[in-house]
Amino acid sequence: MLSKVAERVYWVGRYLERIESTARILSIYDQLLFDLPRRVKLGWYNLIVINGLETSFCERYSVRDERNVVKFLLGDEDNASSVQSSLKAVRENIRTTRDVIPSETWELVNELSLYVQDNVAQGITRSRRYEFLEDIIGACQQISGLLYGNMARDEAWDMLNLGQSLERADMTTRNLDAGIAAILQVEDDEFAINSRQIIWGNVLRSLNAEQPFRRTVRSSVKGGPVVKYLLTSKSFPRSLFYCVTEMSIVSASLPMSRDVLKSAEALKAQILEYSERESFDEGFRDDLNELQLSLAELHALIGKTWFF
Amino acid sequence: MGRMLYAGTSERLEYKKYLYGLVPDEQVEKGMSIEWKQYAPEKGFYDEVYSRTGVARGPAKDLISCMKSMSDEEMLSRKMAAESTIKEMGVSFTVYTEGGNIDRAWPFDIIPRVIDKAQWDKTAEGLRQRLKALNLFIDDLYHKQRIIKDGVIPEFIIKQSKNYRKECEGVSPRFGVWAHICGTDLVRDKDGQFYVLEDNLRVPSGVSYMLENRSIMKRVLPEVFEQVNIAPVGDYPEHLFEMLSSLSPRRKANPVVAVLTPGIYNSAYFEHAFLAQRMGTELIEGSDLVVGDDDCVYMKTISGLERVDVIYRRIDDLFLDPEAFDPSSVLGVPGLMRAWRAGNVALANAPGAGVADDKVIYAYVPEIIRYYLGEEPKIPNVETYLCFDDKQREYVLANLDKLVVKPANESGGYGMLIGPHSTKKERETFAELIKANPRNYIAQPTLALSTAPTLIGQSKLEPRHLDLRPFILQGKDSYVTTGGLTRVAMKKGSLVVNSSQGGGSKDTWIVDTATGGK
Repeated sequence: MLSKVAERVYWVGRYLERIESTARILSIYDQLLFDLPRRVKLGWYNLIVINGLETSFCERYSVRDERNVVKFLLGDEDNASSVQSSLKAVRENIRTTRDVIPSETWELVNELSLYVQDNVAQGITRSRRYEFLEDIIGACQQISGLLYGNMARDEAWDMLNLGQSLERADMTTRNLDAGIAAILQVEDDEFAINSRQIIWGNVLRSLNAEQPFRRTVRSSVKGGPVVKYLLTSKSFPRSLFYCVTEMSIVSASLPMSRDVLKSAEALKAQILEYSERESFDEGFRDDLNELQLSLAELHALIGKTWFF
Repeated sequence: MGRMLYAGTSERLEYKKYLYGLVPDEQVEKGMSIEWKQYAPEKGFYDEVYSRTGVARGPAKDLISCMKSMSDEEMLSRKMAAESTIKEMGVSFTVYTEGGNIDRAWPFDIIPRVIDKAQWDKTAEGLRQRLKALNLFIDDLYHKQRIIKDGVIPEFIIKQSKNYRKECEGVSPRFGVWAHICGTDLVRDKDGQFYVLEDNLRVPSGVSYMLENRSIMKRVLPEVFEQVNIAPVGDYPEHLFEMLSSLSPRRKANPVVAVLTPGIYNSAYFEHAFLAQRMGTELIEGSDLVVGDDDCVYMKTISGLERVDVIYRRIDDLFLDPEAFDPSSVLGVPGLMRAWRAGNVALANAPGAGVADDKVIYAYVPEIIRYYLGEEPKIPNVETYLCFDDKQREYVLANLDKLVVKPANESGGYGMLIGPHSTKKERETFAELIKANPRNYIAQPTLALSTAPTLIGQSKLEPRHLDLRPFILQGKDSYVTTGGLTRVAMKKGSLVVNSSQGGGSKDTWIVDTATGGK
């Protein structure tokens, strides 16, 4: 497989995942805000912070309100991670890898691009946002399903998988970070326990993890168990450990993978180590940042190994 | 930390705003309806579908009766279905403008152009004959040049040809074939006869649109396909792949074949990707390839370097290899010519093949056919005046207002003078150009390009001019597409069908009337 094609397919995996998870987090974030007591000072801008987009957001907007944040994450072409920009990137990358990806993918991505382009205003106004985001999530799942059901399990599939797993792992750390940032805003009063539960429940939902968490962990929704589950679960496909294990398995079948494998194994150890922390508060946010850096290193190594 | 991003190809592209979905009710013109019976071919032109007012030609009878049976709303919704299908299928071509490159949806008319199979079969024979002779001609030019020595073609024409490549002298590609893929433009004059307008032997494009047009039509008008005996067109990629594989210098079962594209900003990128996908071959750019010390070509893969046997190149000669041609080219591969000359890689079309699509050479093709094959040409040329000849030039200069003047080496309809539509000033400019460089110009009478009924707006049926580009393959054997790409000048009265200049297209049906309907 051509290195350049491998790289593009890898990014298809990443951006598809990014679109779906951005849409999901936007679709449930307002429900979190509705449920929390008004005294909890948690705003939409938090979504900008956890995605590391403060600088580019502030270049464009001075008001950090809901409208601007949603606009920036959904339809802003200056934000290279926005849903619309990611979709453009997916479309371009599929357009240039049509020889290795099922041809229907191209049509579905075109359809989705057209839909988002024409209806993005709907996503920005609150009344019809939920429906709009649900459509995006549905379309992403349709594309993933098409790939899952039809793609040959060849090197292109492996690259797609690598990209998807890496993006998932990264997204999970960001969702965890969002949760902890919110928890830190909760004051110690009679509503605190309830608020914390709402926040952790929200973190689980934003990763589609609530149901599997309850079935597997059989505990009430509390910080410790939730963080441990999202870091180390061996069965939940968005847990950090699961994603990195997946990358390790996929890499093993690819040529020249020694360094990537080594790095993935080291990252697994790092995840297990951090999951043993006594508390998951401010200090743990640094750990999450460390994990994001390790993922970035793994990403760089993948590039160095296969995309020269 | 911030998000990881891919600069890749996404950033610089300008995007067209897509129109999408159906026209709101109030935009439907009330009271208008499609008048199939009133359709009148223009006087002095051959109409492909109607023989006279309201009367469809034999092969088109079933089509027209089927379309007639649909209500106007039905037709309009089919037309819109075709448009949204095109957008969803992402059938596009790139237009270069000052504001950047725009990806434009492919303009398409849903009323097909119909040709009788018996007539087509004869035409296809003529196309094969033509390409066979052209390949013998190119091979001769790069070896003994018998045709010059025998005085059939003057030597200076070849010497001054922009597309003659000294670097190719003495090279012997497999089967003696240089132009493996040829797109020949055919036009029908008022007598209903097909004429060859030009041969494209360098990097002819359009075949993907021919294939996509058919799949659009099948989605949009499935019921007609049930009733009419329409010859399929879908086997082209298979034939292309077999032909390319047969060129491999290594005798191995599954040679590595790749399509070499100048990249995503090329106007035909859609087609390059399409063909690579349909053939299951790699789609590569120059930067994916290296030529090793062993003069073999390798592509960069995730397992290291892998040898490439056959390259279907969609890059012009001069950009192929900065070592041999334009040193500033970044599209090509340094050393590619070396590898080709050493016989370690096959290039289709071979470098230097373009010498035969010079429009001055075109005028000699009937002679070329007689010389190499000892046969009469089965498809005639359009009458052509060579400006280097004093007498012919005099005639051309005196009749610029009636003629079409073309530069010898341009394609895409650029740099032409269409006499009857020109201003005095344009004619004066061309007279100067011709006098300054007579070798570089030819002139032809303005043809009465045939027409076909085209759906204009929502319910008007009007004749529009069109041509036909079939594609011919030659390796060990030869193959001709069933029909080809019909290009339509969408502007009323216009004779320019090029997509870069507002042309659109239609599906082309070869219908077997001898064996009847289904």
